[in-house]
Amino acid sequence: MSTESTPAPPKGAAGAEGDGPAPAGPSPRAPRSRAAAAYARYAAGKLAGAAVSLFAVLVTSFFLFRLIPGDPVKQMTGGRQVSAGQLAAMRREFGLDLPLWQQFTQYCGKALTGDFGTSYQFRAPVVDKITEALPATLLLTGTAFVIYTLLGIWLGARSAWRNGGAGDRANTAFALTLYSVPSFWLGLLLIITLSVGIGPLPGLFPTGGMESGSTTGFDRVLDVAHHMVLPVITLVAVEYARTLLVMRSSLLDEMGSDYLTTARAKGLRDDLVRRRHAVPNALLPTVTLLFVNLGTTVAGAILVETVFSWPGLGGLFYQALSVPDLPLVQALFFVFAAAVILMNTLADVIYPLLDPRVGR
Amino acid sequence: MTTSMEKPPRTPEAGGTQSPRALARARRRQAALRFWRQFCRQRAGLVGLAVLAVITLLALTAPLLVGADSLSVTDAPGGPMEEPSGEFPLGTDQFGRSLLALLLWGTRVSLTVGLLAAFLSVAIGTLVGITAGHFRGWYAGVIMRITDWFLVMPTLVLAIALATVLSRSVWTTILAIGVTTWPTTARLVRAQTLSVESRPYIERSRALGGGHRHVMSRHVLPNVMPLVLAQTTLVISGAILTEATLAFLGLGDPTIVSWGGLLQDAREAGAVSSGDWWYLAPPGLAIAVVALAFTLCGRAIESVLNPKLGVPR
Repeated sequence: MSTESTPAPPKGAAGAEGDGPAPAGPSPRAPRSRAAAAYARYAAGKLAGAAVSLFAVLVTSFFLFRLIPGDPVKQMTGGRQVSAGQLAAMRREFGLDLPLWQQFTQYCGKALTGDFGTSYQFRAPVVDKITEALPATLLLTGTAFVIYTLLGIWLGARSAWRNGGAGDRANTAFALTLYSVPSFWLGLLLIITLSVGIGPLPGLFPTGGMESGSTTGFDRVLDVAHHMVLPVITLVAVEYARTLLVMRSSLLDEMGSDYLTTARAKGLRDDLVRRRHAVPNALLPTVTLLFVNLGTTVAGAILVETVFSWPGLGGLFYQALSVPDLPLVQALFFVFAAAVILMNTLADVIYPLLDPRVGR
Repeated sequence: MTTSMEKPPRTPEAGGTQSPRALARARRRQAALRFWRQFCRQRAGLVGLAVLAVITLLALTAPLLVGADSLSVTDAPGGPMEEPSGEFPLGTDQFGRSLLALLLWGTRVSLTVGLLAAFLSVAIGTLVGITAGHFRGWYAGVIMRITDWFLVMPTLVLAIALATVLSRSVWTTILAIGVTTWPTTARLVRAQTLSVESRPYIERSRALGGGHRHVMSRHVLPNVMPLVLAQTTLVISGAILTEATLAFLGLGDPTIVSWGGLLQDAREAGAVSSGDWWYLAPPGLAIAVVALAFTLCGRAIESVLNPKLGVPR
């Protein structure tokens, strides 16, 4: 968690530090098709690695949650008087009467076709519950992601450009402070101050949920946006520090470069040197972090969604855990891990296209 | 990343009659002193260290300051949910216990769990990193695959899953955090090990008959220690945050008082809807202060080790 404050190496956090099947670099004058073939091999290697990781996650999601003590069927009935025959019928319904390895092969086979079983508590297909909750999560995390990325890059670049100055110190200190704050606590405080209202302050924002329910059309868009303000602020506040720190340190790495001296010697204004020359180069390491962030924010929203009763995947995970609703927990665990794996792979695959020095 | 503990070039028989071990010790003492002097120049790091010293003192003396009986639910001194007053500076919880006393006691749990979990995490990471860097070949390949796999797992989700699966206790929390956060340390340590092992004195040590254990424990470990130290401080702040998160989700030990648990209690007592900010604010503030203090220390150590990072003082 905390280690993200160290500057990420170009591919560090992506978890595949070139130990995949990196192609032998063709000579700079190699024909285009050879470079393309080398890239295709590299990308295929990364994708194969991702497939292996996804399968490993699937295996984990199955066996990890079997360790939960207690009989899931007994928990489903909630201590009501149920005959042994009914219990056996329920076991058969959820496939719990089979030996473990058969359950496992069934689970894997069904998961391949996108079937994660039936939720214990909702008595509905798990996939339906997840697709229902997915848009809310994507809306919340997507909005927060765009805002904290832009904010982090902008503040990070300004901070590094005036390295050591009062602005840099204040900026970094503020970001680090927010980074140390538990997200759920910040959310609760925002609810108390801005939704419930303190003293003379009236409640400005709704306390939770995604919409009031009665509105349609454009009013509905406004309503959802109104509900989204506080959760987005919370996510942005606790997440933007990481982007800021990485952007800051990668721009610091560029600061002494000759091409910046050249740009200044040409007589460019300081502002233009930063915007046109330094920042685009410093953005490269940050790009990897962006993808990693995109993957982890989905899981990171569990707390914020729980606090704001946002009807997304995080809130669903929390509900499923408290039962525990085995099929739903398994599937959500898989979804959260898959999001990170896919985003990391995407970063690995895209990076050589952005920075030709890497991976070719 | 270069470390300040790099060995200076060998001087021909400088110490004369001194044993090589004493020489090495003296050199390390000097390096440590130099490190401390440079750390003292990091203002933010010193502030963090001072805050930590005060909080540790409070945690150690909590039994003397407030007494264990203040945790008892049955004969609580105040009424339920009293607002801050002269008698109860931070108010009381739903059982009438003084929140200040609970907050002080919570310090002990948060610090203990944070420290132990971080040590577990860093110990696993260091062991994995050094061995993966030392033994090349299939062992390193397999180990780094496993590390990569843990690295892509969403830490919080995995920790939540572990805490759900195992019984509710402090040890479960420590285990869940330790087992899920070691891969970053392993990667850092492995990279450093690879760079240390390529230096000539390792070859010399091997030529003189130094075995695997000798090389790893006498040469590599001292050289990765500064890095490990910086990493530990950074992991602690993450561990404290995760501990609070797990407790807030109701996955901690329900019988003990911790900051995350206090926040959960506050939420369950309806402090949010009734606007009782004085119940919610202090525990979260305490978590943030301690996490920030550890982060500041960690960044100060990092910037002493690697001045290029340009951490503002």
